[in-house]
Amino acid sequence: MSFRARHLLGIEHLAPDEIRAVLDLADRYVELNRRTEKRSDVLAGMTQINMFFENSTRTQASFELAGKRLGADVMNMSVAQSSVKKGETLIDTALTLNAMHPDLLVVRHGASGAVNLLAEKVNCAVLNAGDGRHEHPTQALLDALTIRRAKGRIHRLTVAICGDVQHSRVARSNLILLGKMENRVRLIAPPTLMPSGVEEFGCEVYDDMKKGLEGADVVMMLRLQKERMDGGFIPSEREYFHRYGLDAEKLAFAKPDAIVMHPGPMNRGVEIDGTIADDINRSVIQEQVEMGVAVRMACMDLLARNLRAERGARATEVMA
Amino acid sequence: MTTYITNARLIDPEKLTEATGSLLIVDGRIAEIGGPAPEGATVIDANGKCLAPGIVDMGVRIGEPGDRHKESFRSAGLAAAAGGVTTIVARPDTTPAIDTPEVLEFVTRRAREASPVRILHMAALTKGREGREMTEIGFLLDAGAVAFTDAEAVCTNTKVLNRAFTYARSLGALVIGHPQEPGLTAGSAVTKGKFASLRGLPDVHPMAERMGLDRDIALVEMTGVRYHADQVTSARTLPALERAKANGFDVTAGISIHHLTLNEYDVGDYRTFFKVTPPLRSEEDRVAMVDAVASGLIDIICSMHTPQDEESKRLPFEHAASGAVGLETLLPAAMRLYHQGGLTLPQLFRALALNPAKRLGLAQGRLSVGAPADLVLFDPNAPFVMDRFALRSKSKNTPFDGQRMEGRVIATFVAGQKVFDADL
Repeated sequence: MSFRARHLLGIEHLAPDEIRAVLDLADRYVELNRRTEKRSDVLAGMTQINMFFENSTRTQASFELAGKRLGADVMNMSVAQSSVKKGETLIDTALTLNAMHPDLLVVRHGASGAVNLLAEKVNCAVLNAGDGRHEHPTQALLDALTIRRAKGRIHRLTVAICGDVQHSRVARSNLILLGKMENRVRLIAPPTLMPSGVEEFGCEVYDDMKKGLEGADVVMMLRLQKERMDGGFIPSEREYFHRYGLDAEKLAFAKPDAIVMHPGPMNRGVEIDGTIADDINRSVIQEQVEMGVAVRMACMDLLARNLRAERGARATEVMA
Repeated sequence: MTTYITNARLIDPEKLTEATGSLLIVDGRIAEIGGPAPEGATVIDANGKCLAPGIVDMGVRIGEPGDRHKESFRSAGLAAAAGGVTTIVARPDTTPAIDTPEVLEFVTRRAREASPVRILHMAALTKGREGREMTEIGFLLDAGAVAFTDAEAVCTNTKVLNRAFTYARSLGALVIGHPQEPGLTAGSAVTKGKFASLRGLPDVHPMAERMGLDRDIALVEMTGVRYHADQVTSARTLPALERAKANGFDVTAGISIHHLTLNEYDVGDYRTFFKVTPPLRSEEDRVAMVDAVASGLIDIICSMHTPQDEESKRLPFEHAASGAVGLETLLPAAMRLYHQGGLTLPQLFRALALNPAKRLGLAQGRLSVGAPADLVLFDPNAPFVMDRFALRSKSKNTPFDGQRMEGRVIATFVAGQKVFDADL
């Protein structure tokens, strides 16, 4: 088994063979999830805590389902409205949870690097479910699995990532993963929503969406946060849709068999035209959701194996 | 009281020379250089180690009043003595701010009682450092304020600033600005670029510093005030500084040792001890700043000593407090620049001791007959591994923790009195 990490904090620290290991295992969980009898027991006896400092119905549900299908005891903590409001620090929250001996900790936090900080303080495996603008590794892995299943490969593809790249952890994790797997990555955004220095990551940068989409195999749309829509970063919602919303006219510049992706939740009519999102020949948005559960099962399975191996080794030492 | 230090490598920042020789201290002043030992003098054999003017550290934050758990005059004074700093120039960004003669008298008395090294005080330029009304600059000068600054609080009301500069000019007071455009810097934690994008941290373009300096220099041109920029850290800012000096304005600039020895990538995986204000810059900027110190364009190196407790640093990077302690690490960190060949020892002490003393009108900072015997004896080559818990500061937030460093202080003298002895 070639997955070596203790935590899953970001794609940055994964090697290509580790990424492939996740995708291969996730493929098997896709099959499991399509059966009537979905239960597995690889996490039996283990405790999984989902700690979401930012609200997210979709991601939290996906992680919860993944854990339950693997037989873990899953607990959800919406930290957004609890002790954090009372002034408890992130570290204290982490130490409190750690004392309850969880095995897997799934964390989402609004500040970049917060999950790394937390991982330093606990004894269990930590999965980053999104930290600030930094990374969202399971999203990139589920996107990779979706692409691999649709296109038959996850290398030498031209992938266009469009929208609010600046504030997107999804974009960051994806461009790192796609780069590691030797794809051509194009970033398309209005200049106010494009992070600086991205050319140095080996990406091609476009502010003209049609040019950026030319010949693309995959079109990955990003969500535009409501609070960024008016005046601050872009002039208006309608101007944004006109220039950067994915409609049939712009999609025609991509390859005829290009697939359309979106991490959800979508703003129909802002970044994507509803008819494209619903086009079963182009849109793989529902598959992404399905792959999400499978990929999260694979990640937790692999981390649990490493955790067991580590603890087994320690137990052997104690016995000897 | 007569002390004779022999066999020392004398670092003279005025003549920019170094030579082995002896130095005689009589009654707290340098009495002779290169002469014989008079009878009855206490003789110290320097064993060929370096003797330089003590560091005048311009811009040290001490937690009194308000944050004494982070740093007191006592702990700061001890740290300074161990670091070869003989004059601390304290910042007024305390709680409350040092903005009245009464508060200034309080800290002056506290500092005198508690510290083994000299402590001078800067006062706020505006009341509460709020940028709305100027402080009693005249009274504060009379009470001993050596300069006027709102520290990192940038006054956005140029009318207020214009009047404060004009008034300060009439009294010959030195004002110290923090050249940053606050609209651009708001909320930022790192410098714009590849690293910021990789870590997903809120960033600021270094041009914010240039814009801040351009504005301040325009006000200097209007008012004729004596002006010092606390930190110039980016190559983008240098042309503005160069132009101001070429135009004959009374303008100087400083930089923290951290911006000369570290770059943005040192932040690594969100290490908050590397979060400083302004944020660490690119390696290209760092190299340009070392060159600017060598050429004299940047006048002063300081520690920007900013103590922060563990709680305020053990937070996600963008929420963590900014600043690093530096009193004890300033000299060994500066030795990195010497060992890397960027700066000679006399050039370093010109920026660490002579220039700040000159800028504040002090007699310190010189290795010449008649100057106060504020001296540091140090071994520039002595290696050690930095252990933050060995620091004398109450706060241990140094970015150099665990790093290999060279340069140890052997002894520190203030007015001829030994205030630190490493007992090597």
